[in-house]
Amino acid sequence: MRWFLVGIIAICNTLGDVLNTAGMKRQGEVEDLSPWSFLNMVRKIFRNYLVLAGFGAWAVSFFALLSLLSITTVSFAVPATAVSYLLETLLAKYILGEDVRWRRWAAATLVAFGVVLLSF
Amino acid sequence: MPGDLDTVSSPQRESRSVETKRMNTPGRNGNRKTQILVLLVIITNVLGNVFLSHGMHEVGRLVSASPLDYLHAFANPWNMLGICVLVIWMLSDLALLSRADLSFVLPVTASAYVLVALLGHFLLHDHISWARWSGIVLITLGVILAEETPARTTTGPPEHLL
Repeated sequence: MRWFLVGIIAICNTLGDVLNTAGMKRQGEVEDLSPWSFLNMVRKIFRNYLVLAGFGAWAVSFFALLSLLSITTVSFAVPATAVSYLLETLLAKYILGEDVRWRRWAAATLVAFGVVLLSF
Repeated sequence: MPGDLDTVSSPQRESRSVETKRMNTPGRNGNRKTQILVLLVIITNVLGNVFLSHGMHEVGRLVSASPLDYLHAFANPWNMLGICVLVIWMLSDLALLSRADLSFVLPVTASAYVLVALLGHFLLHDHISWARWSGIVLITLGVILAEETPARTTTGPPEHLL
């Protein structure tokens, strides 16, 4: 059950981030950093099905995390976070079409291992 | 792949490379805004979690089936502040994702982990073991490596997902 929840957290977190990135790219760049620009962004999000689906995936991941925390300690959730970094980089390359070369792969791998070590 | 420069023909590669440079030339106004958003995401992430953690410690252990108990926890001023800051974090994260690659944002914003650990060490005198120091060093190296890549390598939204 624990590992099933870790899997759900990693997959839904990854899906949420990928959908939100795709949705925000479709919506267009936030050019201005003013509060009005942010309000305009929020207004557009309500009609952006990719970001709404991303929020849904984040919500599932959040409730799976709460369930995991109710049966084990927070350190058990760390592998899910670490795996998410690598999985998201993979999907960023093959689904979002980003130019991921050795520096970004190395960065994601270092961060994933770093997150695991920080939990000790 | 659309973003893989190794697989596109030479003129395309050249024009995409010029486009990438145009969008990410250091010092340009757009790039500065992306950097400001990165800082905002990191700072609001750290502060939001610190406020929420402080608030939940004040509220005490919360395991309840009643939504009222959770509403009571949200009424704590530190928790309210934490939630407000985390809402700003979520919005600035989305704004950042509209301007930068996911594979750039993920490692760069991981510096929040390092900040939390260092703040805990220097302000609250938390003990940091050798394993945790190694983690801090690895994440910092990852952030530096990612910062050396252009913030955005795509020129439009991923068409096949729309």
